[in-house]
Amino acid sequence: MDISIFQITWFVLWSVLWAVYFMLDGFVLGTGFLSTFIAKNDTEKRVLINAIGPVWDGNEVWLLTAGGATFAAFPTTYALMFSNLYSALILLLFSLIVRGVSFEFRGKLDGATWKGTWDKAILVSSFLPALLLGVAFGNIFSGIPMRNDFTTLQFTYEGSLIGLLNPYGLVTGVLFVLLFAVHGSLYISLKTVGDLKDRATAMANRLWPALLIVAVVFLGYTWPATKLYDNFFKTPALLIVPVIAVVSLLLVKVFAGRNETGKAFIFSCLTILFVVFTGVTGLFPNLLPSNLDAASNLTIFNSSSSLLTLKIMTAVALIMVPIVICYKIWVYRIFRARVTEEDVLGDPGAY
Amino acid sequence: MDVVTLSQLQFAATCMFHWIFVPLTLGLSIMTAWMETKYVTTGDETWLRMTKFWGKLFLINFALGVVTGITMEFQFGLNWAEYSRYVGDIFGAPLAMEATITFFLESVFIGVWIFGWKKISKKVHALSIWLAAIATNLSALFILLANAWMQKPVGYVIRNGRAEMTDFMAVLTNPYGWIKFSHTLMSGYALAAFVIMGVSAWHLLRANEIEFFKRSFRMAAVWAFVASMIVAMTGDFHAVEIAKVQPSKFAAMESIWETKRNAGMCLLVIPDSNNECNAVEKLTIPGMLSFMAFHDTNGEIKGLKEFPKELRPPVTPIFLSFRMMVGLGTFMIFASLIGIILSRRDNFVEKRAFLLLMVLAIPAPYLAQQLGWIVAELGRQPWIVYGVMKTSDAVSKSVTATQVALSLLGFTVLYGILGAIDIYLLFKYAKKGPDKDLSNIIDMKGRA
Ligand code: HDD
Ligand code: HEM
Ligand code: HEM
Repeated sequence: MDISIFQITWFVLWSVLWAVYFMLDGFVLGTGFLSTFIAKNDTEKRVLINAIGPVWDGNEVWLLTAGGATFAAFPTTYALMFSNLYSALILLLFSLIVRGVSFEFRGKLDGATWKGTWDKAILVSSFLPALLLGVAFGNIFSGIPMRNDFTTLQFTYEGSLIGLLNPYGLVTGVLFVLLFAVHGSLYISLKTVGDLKDRATAMANRLWPALLIVAVVFLGYTWPATKLYDNFFKTPALLIVPVIAVVSLLLVKVFAGRNETGKAFIFSCLTILFVVFTGVTGLFPNLLPSNLDAASNLTIFNSSSSLLTLKIMTAVALIMVPIVICYKIWVYRIFRARVTEEDVLGDPGAY
Repeated sequence: MDVVTLSQLQFAATCMFHWIFVPLTLGLSIMTAWMETKYVTTGDETWLRMTKFWGKLFLINFALGVVTGITMEFQFGLNWAEYSRYVGDIFGAPLAMEATITFFLESVFIGVWIFGWKKISKKVHALSIWLAAIATNLSALFILLANAWMQKPVGYVIRNGRAEMTDFMAVLTNPYGWIKFSHTLMSGYALAAFVIMGVSAWHLLRANEIEFFKRSFRMAAVWAFVASMIVAMTGDFHAVEIAKVQPSKFAAMESIWETKRNAGMCLLVIPDSNNECNAVEKLTIPGMLSFMAFHDTNGEIKGLKEFPKELRPPVTPIFLSFRMMVGLGTFMIFASLIGIILSRRDNFVEKRAFLLLMVLAIPAPYLAQQLGWIVAELGRQPWIVYGVMKTSDAVSKSVTATQVALSLLGFTVLYGILGAIDIYLLFKYAKKGPDKDLSNIIDMKGRA
């Protein structure tokens, strides 16, 4: 078979891995940075942490897999994306490190200072990844200043950390933060009871208008800032993707307003998935465009692995990803019950 | 300092830090699963209390293993972009497989294990720690196959300006990788067993929960002895393989300067790199080295002088690290053997000197672990992929020395703080001993 079929397959898989990562870690990050505002005391904080406790690590692994898949399927993109965005990714990495240990450490000692410190750590280390990943994707959509010559293998980068904080990158960053905030508050209201649940639902309803405004700005600004719309003009049928994203976003509010948070959560999952799909549909066949000249774009064709490696990785992905999804669904079913204060106080193993 | 040196420093620091936590995870996960299985099959509550106590230490340690692992995954692209581009076609595959096949399994079922005590049956609960433990061990296989490919590249051609895979099975069945896997895995089991023995000895010295810690010690002593024996055996396989495929590393491990047949093994050596010879060579066992390397006393050992100076690894640290690792391994075999014998006796708690020794021995396997990586990685220098790519060609070109210096500073501070907290917590919970409150245990017993 022709290599381009596998390159396209891996573009799809790559997109799905990122989209699922954002959908799953989105509510963990959202719960993390909203916990300071929604929970009123230590027990409520613990309820929130325990609501994400059983799943956060498994959700984060989608990021590792997305990274690993980029490495295996598009090594040149992996190499240049990570090294060119060095400082931003180091910040992301530090945040993820702090977030991971915060959950484990917070409950291991008593004392208001200890817990307060980790609460702040959770706030910052959940907020920063949301923002940074958004900024990173904004820059991926709009392209970064790099010059790549694929015959002489000369690759140069002319950007800087500050350069990434351009207005479009920041709008995308804020979009991600708000998406995850609404998503997280819906998750909280699904997983808790009583007052905590009501506060979370109210939070989702209050944040939604801001999300809508930023989403509209983002869609509008994407026009001058990126070339994402070109593919949609060439193939108008693709417009179904952003339409689903927008309709889902509207339905989030419809159901959240009626206090049907289960349905609202499902639509906020769809919103996140289809926002990412919208972006990557516009990006195709690029993985990381250059904003200097089109010949420097990293595409699925000029940065992929060899045919053999792509075939092997396709087999691995087609076997493993469905299995992973099956046992993940099983685990979400085991932990489907709402987390109450009694649960947390009565279980010495809880976070 | 230049980008290459800084990146090397950062890579070594973050690897070695990851490696403080990894071996204990490898061993303790399996041993905790074993304890829980014992509980499920016998119904004896001491096994359940052991599961909970050692499992808690496992989890505190695991937390840092996970977060420092994320760094490892990112670093190839961050600091070693030229490397990633050049060999990603081969090297990326095991890494991606590690994530999809093992990290998911491990992270998901660890969650089930921590939070599932009251939600699933005993058997499914025990199964979840087994799945997590097996996944953890399997993740070691993939990453070590990747690392072994750097030591002994197989199944590839140089094409299109990079290394491309031609034979995936060769990468998966690389003998170097399987030796590495068995050596590393068993050294992790030995380490975990020494930790269990050390902590148990500490409590026995205080006559604390004697039954509980005697049983823990007895179990761990057997694990430690068997694992240490296999560590020594696989270590020997390692050396034989290295003599064949990485002669410059082998020469550095043994500090051999001149090529010779029927080479003897000197027990006392002091290398002198400046003068390309050994300042001291005493207590020689004739023919031993040739025999160890080739299982033939007439085998030819290549000396360091065969290699141009710029292709030699630094001799003294490799030589010393190797000797110390072997020394520590020998110590571990004897200590665990004595442990097996003494812990079966009724008067075990009166052997205070031995118990104290076992407390003090906890750092020994940790040290051996770090030394092992120094031998393996420093011994490969100046190559990043032996014979194929130099470390100095592998570094990211768009990253500046300032950036790496800042990130290295960040890692030092962050890892320093988190490491100190984690080790403090490990000590605290190890000293606290098993939970006296059985209510949680009774709760769980109510379930089928
Ligand atoms: C022989 C075993 C071994 C070796 C050589 C390495 N690791 Fe490791 N790694 C583990 C064994 C392990 C483990 C025991 O499976 C850990 C430790 C704690 C844990 O959660 O899993 C782990 C965790 C861990 C994680 C976190 C997984 C999670 O979120 O659950 C990542 C991303 C990596 N590692 C990646 C790497 C990379 C890229 C390495 C190579 C440079 C590396 N590790 C060396
Ligand atoms: C599998 C991927 C790995 C890669 C790409 C890799 C690559 C490297 C590189 C680039 C260096 C620096 C070169 C130098 O020191 O001159 C290095 C050194 C080192 N690495 Fe690895 N390595 C890998 C696995 C590991 C693992 C899993 C460990 C375990 C902790 C490890 C431990 C070390 C040590 C101890 C050094 C010596 C550092 C020094 O003193 O310079 N390596 N390796
Ligand atoms: C008893 C005699 C031992 C021998 C003969 C031995 C031999 C070796 C050799 C030759 C290497 C280098 C492998 C390479 O360059 O790729 C190595 C690496 C290593 N050793 Fe040992 N070793 C011994 C004991 C130990 C002990 C006691 C531990 C820890 C508890 C240990 C842990 C390691 C580790 C973690 C590595 C790096 C991973 C690897 O390359 O396998 N070793 N050992």
